[in-house]
Amino acid sequence: AEEREPPPLHDAAQTDFTELEDGEDLFVSTVSVIESSSTSPEASNLPAEDMNIGSNGPKHEEMFLDDDDDDQDDLFAEATEEVSLDSPERQPILSDGPSPAITPVTPTVMMNPRVDAAVFDRLMEEDEDDEETLDTFDIQISVSDPEKMGDGMNAFMVYKVSTKTSLSIFNSDEFSVKRRFSDFLGLHSKLASKYLHIGYIVPPAPEKSIVGMTKVKVGKEDLSSVEFVEKRRSALERYLMRTVKHPALLKDPDLLQFLESSELPRAVSTQALSGAGILRMVNKAADAVNKMTIKMNESDAWFEEKQQQFENLDVQLRKLHASVESLVCHRKELSVNTASFAKSAAMLGNSEDHTALSRALSQLAEVEEKIDQLHQEQAYADFYHFSELLGDYVRLLTAVKGVFDQRMKTWAKWQDAQVMLQRKREAEAKLQYANKPDKLQQAKDEIKEWEGKVQQGERDFEQISKSIRREVGRFQKDRVKDFKLVILKYLESLVHTQQQLIKYWEAFLPEAKAIA
Amino acid sequence: MMTELSVTASSIRITDVTQDGDILTFAITSQKLNSSGGVCVFRTYEDFDWLQQNLFSQENVPGLQGVIFPPLPPKVPSPLNTASKSLKQLGFLALGHDWQSYCKALEFYLQQVATHPILSQCKALDSFLTKSESPGKQRGRKGILNRLSQAVEGMRKESHKDVDDFFQKQRHKNTNLAALSKVATEKILDVVLTEQKLALACGHFSTCLHLCVNQDDEAAVAFSKICLKLSDIVEAVKRNFEKVANNNIATLGLGLDLEARYEEAEKEMLFRRTCKLIELETVKKNTEKTKANKRDVMEEIQKATEKEFSLISSVAKQEIERFHSSRVTVLRSFLVGWCEKQLDTAKECAKLYSQYLDTCKNLFSE
Repeated sequence: AEEREPPPLHDAAQTDFTELEDGEDLFVSTVSVIESSSTSPEASNLPAEDMNIGSNGPKHEEMFLDDDDDDQDDLFAEATEEVSLDSPERQPILSDGPSPAITPVTPTVMMNPRVDAAVFDRLMEEDEDDEETLDTFDIQISVSDPEKMGDGMNAFMVYKVSTKTSLSIFNSDEFSVKRRFSDFLGLHSKLASKYLHIGYIVPPAPEKSIVGMTKVKVGKEDLSSVEFVEKRRSALERYLMRTVKHPALLKDPDLLQFLESSELPRAVSTQALSGAGILRMVNKAADAVNKMTIKMNESDAWFEEKQQQFENLDVQLRKLHASVESLVCHRKELSVNTASFAKSAAMLGNSEDHTALSRALSQLAEVEEKIDQLHQEQAYADFYHFSELLGDYVRLLTAVKGVFDQRMKTWAKWQDAQVMLQRKREAEAKLQYANKPDKLQQAKDEIKEWEGKVQQGERDFEQISKSIRREVGRFQKDRVKDFKLVILKYLESLVHTQQQLIKYWEAFLPEAKAIA
Repeated sequence: MMTELSVTASSIRITDVTQDGDILTFAITSQKLNSSGGVCVFRTYEDFDWLQQNLFSQENVPGLQGVIFPPLPPKVPSPLNTASKSLKQLGFLALGHDWQSYCKALEFYLQQVATHPILSQCKALDSFLTKSESPGKQRGRKGILNRLSQAVEGMRKESHKDVDDFFQKQRHKNTNLAALSKVATEKILDVVLTEQKLALACGHFSTCLHLCVNQDDEAAVAFSKICLKLSDIVEAVKRNFEKVANNNIATLGLGLDLEARYEEAEKEMLFRRTCKLIELETVKKNTEKTKANKRDVMEEIQKATEKEFSLISSVAKQEIERFHSSRVTVLRSFLVGWCEKQLDTAKECAKLYSQYLDTCKNLFSE
């Protein structure tokens, strides 16, 4: 398999703070916010207009390609059916915006350097307990009623997102809202920027498709655009279900707002030439360089092992996906050929003089037509049941790889902080003999600052390591569950098809026997 | 020379086929008419061809040209094992394991010849079926009946207007049916080929599932278990495709192929008659034009030609009626066989899938 570098995760917010604005302490601001109000939804409702995320029609999609130069190369090098698995979408679009710490969820508290280890562990356990209760998990989301709005190249599809739940975090039991595709992307972007860097596997949003959407916009009412919209609808539904299944994500106010509020601030397109856009590109380049030089001293073999296993799994899933796609393709071919044969049998029946034979041949044509229908349904089943699941998991694996990368970055940050601390100490030592009292004080202050950062760095690292272990455990369980479900669904559809076939043959037999 | 066939037509079977380099040898068995003994001979395609030529070139058989000759399947192309070439030349008959379809078609040919009121009395048939030495070495005279497709003027002559309403209608219908049945055969061939492709794709999918098996950790073990289960299911799906394809080949496909080739045979017969008609009309015209001294000769020729034509026409009429009733019977048996086989396969498969569903439901809930 090709060596595939996980896309360097972009973390604009954090890098901003550490590289450009050295003075502003990430954690100081956090603490103040917590003290003011821990559950203020205001915090997360930060000016959405500033958020340059999501899509806004074809313009955005073009920009997108420009934006992701690295991935662009990958995209064309692949040139297989699996283009969709490697589109620029793989790169999680992270929100530009304030520190992800400003969320009233448990992770925020963990950012507080004053919380000591014992309290920290207790909080972690609480989180796990929450998970247990959510196992009796009662929320159903459906995405339906795709509706085309606008016209020409500015047209877009709007979907109805309906939620049915008995969970108390929601305002009511059943409600629905209208959302467009870019809203989903915006949601993912916000969630990714908040949680990826602390090691949560945030489910990736469905792929963008320039070809598919263009067909829809242009107004082509043919089978392929209908299929495309259906495929997208289904993917959006699966995306939301996966996201709410994550106990921490479920409590996220952005997610709640997405599901409940009738008006959602529009996610505006990423302009490549915007300030944030350029910054993003610069940071991504820096990240890429950093990644190449980060050589982590792995003290925990578990992480190395898991990374390797996930690499292997990625290869296996891609092979499976390709195999299923080929199956689907042949099924479609079979459907076409069966229909063609049915037609020729019908024509033969029409030209036949012998009445009973003529009737039997016409019946034959009908049977074949019905079988064709079954083939189409089965192709649908193969496709949605397996191909989409496999595709989802390949994309999920990139998110998994992403959190591993984040851990490496966290480690690197910790190491950098230690280096800085050392330097500050050396600088202070020098100043001892220079007799500049005000500078000395400043140096001592800086040492305190960096000691704090080192401690924080270590805590972050331990936190993300713990988090990843838990997330991986959840992922592994979910993957087994998901596949089991799909296999059962597939079997059920197989059984159904066969029973239909039996009915058709049994109906035809007397017709054939009646030929005299 | 007319003889009676010494074996029963219905007992003729092709029981075996062996391949030696590029040559296929067929074992043909039949039951003796007047005793309980059986006969077994070995023949190659050359021998079949010899038989067909002999049938064409029989002398002193009035109206022979009006006979619808049972169609001999085309020769297997050499080298033998090029699948694409076989498919092109033999079409449907190239499918099936070990030349099964091809053998069935040859067997059918022999049975048709042996049950034909006129052809079964040809001595060559009896020699073919009973003599141990292969007759193919003696090259018989090439029949006067050439293949329709070789006649370039065929196109023009084919559309020549008939003097007889019955035949005019017959020719029209036959042209139609010949074309349509040929198309239907090609279409079902496409279906079968796709079914075979699907079987292969299933096999590939199953292999990929096996590649996912590993013991890395608890989750991987659980995942491996379900991959293996799914692989079993996919193998079952594969076998189903293979069975469905084989059913199509052995019954419907074979039947349509036979029908298509028989319509062609009828076409050739009608063409021969039309040619005779044109000959007759030409002779008539010439007779009218001849000078008095040559007129007697011409009138003799005209009378002879008229007699030939009328004999051909009467044989043809009988042949057409015989053909029409037998083809209905033949098609019926193929259609019924097809339906029964597919029904059995569907039932088997439904049962198997249901079992898998139950097993999986139990397995997955633990």
